[in-house]
Amino acid sequence: MSAAIRFEQVSVTYENATGPAIRGVDLAVPEGELALLVGPSGVGKSTMLGAVSGLVPHFTGGTLHGRVTVAGRDTRTHKPRELADVVGTVGQDPLSHFVTDTVEDELAYGMESLGLAPDVMRRRVEEILDLLGLAELRDRPIAALSGGQQQRVAIGSVLTTHPRVLVLDEPTSALDPAAAEEVLAVLQRLVHDLGTTVLLAEHRLERVVQYADQVILLPAPGAAPVVGDPAEVMARSPVRPPVVDLGRLADWSPLPLSVRDARRKAGPLRERLSGLTPPARPAAVPDGPGPGEASRHGAEAHQDDSATARRPRRGGLFRRTVKAKAIEPRTVKAQTAKTQTVKAKAAKTQAADVAPPAAVSGLAVRRGRVEALSGVGLTVRSGEAVALMGRNGAGKSTLLRTLVGMHEPASGTVRVGGLVPHRTGPRDLLRHVGLVPQEPRDLLYANTVRAECEAADLDAGAAPGACRALVAELLPDVADATHPRDLSEGQRLALALAIVLTARPPLILLDEPTRGLDYAAKARLVEILRALAADGHAIVLATHDVELAAELAHRVVILADGEIVADGPTAEVVVSSPAFAPQVSKVLAPLPWLTVPQVRAVLEPTA
Amino acid sequence: MHPGAWWLWALGLATAASRTTNPLLLCLLVGVAGYVVAARRTDAPWARSYAAFLKLGLLVLGIRLVFAVVLGSPIPGTHTLFTLPEVPLPEWARGVRIGGRVTAEGLVFALYDGLKLATLLVCVGAANALANPARLLKSLPGALYEAGVAIVVAMTFAPNLVADVARLRAARRLRGRPDRGAKALLLVGLPVLEGALERSVALAAAMDARGYGRTAQVPPAVRHTTTALTLGGLLGVCAGTYGLLAAQGAGYGLPVLLAGLVAAMGGLWLGGRRSVRTRYRPDRWGARAWLVSGSGIAVAALMVWAASYADAPLHPPAVPLTTPDLPLWPAASVLLGLLPAFVAPVPVRSPRPPSDGHGHAGSAPRSPDGDPRRTRPTPRSWGGGPRRTRPAPRPPGGEPRRTRPAASHQPGDGPGPYSHWKEIRR
Repeated sequence: MSAAIRFEQVSVTYENATGPAIRGVDLAVPEGELALLVGPSGVGKSTMLGAVSGLVPHFTGGTLHGRVTVAGRDTRTHKPRELADVVGTVGQDPLSHFVTDTVEDELAYGMESLGLAPDVMRRRVEEILDLLGLAELRDRPIAALSGGQQQRVAIGSVLTTHPRVLVLDEPTSALDPAAAEEVLAVLQRLVHDLGTTVLLAEHRLERVVQYADQVILLPAPGAAPVVGDPAEVMARSPVRPPVVDLGRLADWSPLPLSVRDARRKAGPLRERLSGLTPPARPAAVPDGPGPGEASRHGAEAHQDDSATARRPRRGGLFRRTVKAKAIEPRTVKAQTAKTQTVKAKAAKTQAADVAPPAAVSGLAVRRGRVEALSGVGLTVRSGEAVALMGRNGAGKSTLLRTLVGMHEPASGTVRVGGLVPHRTGPRDLLRHVGLVPQEPRDLLYANTVRAECEAADLDAGAAPGACRALVAELLPDVADATHPRDLSEGQRLALALAIVLTARPPLILLDEPTRGLDYAAKARLVEILRALAADGHAIVLATHDVELAAELAHRVVILADGEIVADGPTAEVVVSSPAFAPQVSKVLAPLPWLTVPQVRAVLEPTA
Repeated sequence: MHPGAWWLWALGLATAASRTTNPLLLCLLVGVAGYVVAARRTDAPWARSYAAFLKLGLLVLGIRLVFAVVLGSPIPGTHTLFTLPEVPLPEWARGVRIGGRVTAEGLVFALYDGLKLATLLVCVGAANALANPARLLKSLPGALYEAGVAIVVAMTFAPNLVADVARLRAARRLRGRPDRGAKALLLVGLPVLEGALERSVALAAAMDARGYGRTAQVPPAVRHTTTALTLGGLLGVCAGTYGLLAAQGAGYGLPVLLAGLVAAMGGLWLGGRRSVRTRYRPDRWGARAWLVSGSGIAVAALMVWAASYADAPLHPPAVPLTTPDLPLWPAASVLLGLLPAFVAPVPVRSPRPPSDGHGHAGSAPRSPDGDPRRTRPTPRSWGGGPRRTRPAPRPPGGEPRRTRPAASHQPGDGPGPYSHWKEIRR
């Protein structure tokens, strides 16, 4: 079998870079194989993909040493456009891939560029529409499609030219589990039935590793890649999916890559665990200390008096007084004017504190003509971590944005710490709720981390240095003068989180926090969020990442078509759902274990 | 239908609008355009531009009236409505007046004038809403293809830019800064520009990787002829136009202009040979297109003709003030423009509103990694529409059903590897 992609002693150095992005890459991907490119963030995965499509170095600049051959063509002498008939490339963001505005035109675009005959184009478009299940969408504007549909259109648009090699950069990161599964099914069929060679980079290994014929591991920046059989490479990989982790923990050999393989070997483990109960995680504190007290431990040094006064300690006695006043306002009126104003003020701030961080009932939100949410009821208590799950476009982001007042409810009530979010000024709302958006860089305006932190202190009315202290805690090794754009995806997320935390909101919302994060960054995020929840912050995260939800959330809420279809403790909701169950739970079903750390905690003391 | 037909129809209505200031006729034109748009527009995003153009027309009308009030009007009038305090201006600004007397005649004149402009805008808006502008650009000759793509990309960028501004303004709220007002808009300018720049670089990379800009080898003789024809043709067009417009030389103006046009067209045609592109499903100019464009041209021609026999009713005077009346025959000819509402093909409306197209309707939850407990789903659909059958899964470990190997496949030669799917599916 001839090699479809061949790297011969390739190293790439970008201009103004201190060292090469990749070095000493020497490998071959045989025709008709699915090769998976794995490694932590920033090791040069995108560079390697770009080198295959010829975009590195023709488009990006930099120097490429060695030789890259794709289907027998040397990328040194062939520009990307001259490789267009043998290589199909789909980048991370499908939206930046589209040239035309409707599905059918987009599928035809590549063939038009290659100058195929009209009848050939027509036939191939029909074939790809069927192959990818896009026939109903053929006339639809691309902008109106969901994320999964867009990703399929992007793949289809490069398939119409019948490339021998398909290069994909994180094709499933933005997709819900079902849509990701569909995309991967298509890829697998291309490989098995049509002999297409696929080179794929992906962080979410739990979704893809069992489909790979070959794994190319880039262990560190500039280090030579490790190439081999998936199970062998996974045994020594710093990034690995939960099922592999479980296999390493249980000393299974060869390592299982799919849930199916693991289940076959898991009999003894299941027996061993059947008498045990999973270690209880720190449960949500229904009426425990609010973040006002608890979260102060880190930032206490920077707290000025006014901030403390704003969120006074909730003594039991005081709270009762407030309640009495709320019930009998007339009694309050009877008091002298001076004490009344003082106490009313206190009562007002107090009411905001007594109320749950978020309370939503009967909520309906319309966006244009579309009902994005209807009849949604949700209460989040202090110290609770809630995962919102559901398909792309089910209304998760809309719910989060409604909680920060970006959407006005069409009906129903939304209260965030007792306030109505869309009627509250941004400055006040900041102290009650913080949202880290899907694209954390939307929150970042300044040129340096230091300037960003100073602005955040000013915005939040916090003591100078409060934000920087948080950044130091979350991102220990980031210099003050770094430009936020130069940070990695995970670092940028941590910076945005630090900025949001500067105002110490009792409610923290995160929209798709693990998109583009590697396992190390994700583990760090989980630690940070757990600590925040333990401090009494309420956390709501919208995510497609079932493993993250299993690790972190006390409660899982599943949305479908704008309605809540399931709401309950993580173990119950997740285990009963085939789409949202984490791998460990599938392997050990029907036992209620969700994550590898749970199993490890029980096994290691006994071992 | 060919998008050019819609544009001809709309330009016909616009020509008619430019020939009259009668507010009743202009309103009739707006009504005709609006009716056709309501009857034949699609759900696509560009179809929403009609409302935007309508608002723009109203804005133009408003601005025209405000100017007439503030800056006065050269129309002599006797009916003074009110008098604004006049700003004394120095001697050298004699012709300019700010404030002063506002007459009914001046306002009526401005109203008619503004209405005409607004009607022109509404006609353009109708064309925009009915015909996908990108498809119109696809009909350009091959040599102009690259310019066409640049325009299409620019057009898709504008909505993206607007969405970016909205998103970043909303994000300001998350930082506890005001998200409303002009200042908030200005402050997000830089991040929006950065985002747009990044996106255009990503798009350029994607287009390059998809074969944009592939050229065919053409003999040097053809290349040189192309250059000579194009340059010569353009020069001829310039000289011919000058000849036509200048006082003398009208005799040679027209032939030179025509010869220049022919040469330029020849250059474009030859230049198209450098491009290897082909067209996917080009729009055909059929009977419906003839009817639609014909109705627009008829409205324009009849209105131009009406100007010769019934000039007075087409231009109701502002001085003295009179009630404009509706001239019968020109009004009837405007109604001809309604024809497309009956002959143009009815757009296929998607069963659900397009922005509702999220998610995968009818998708059963499926295990993300092929869980053995779950059987693979039976026929189901990816889209939001009716269910369709899909190939059954291959038996694990069984023989692949494909019999023919996926031999290396040259573009354009007969059935490709993917065409087997039709057989497999049966």
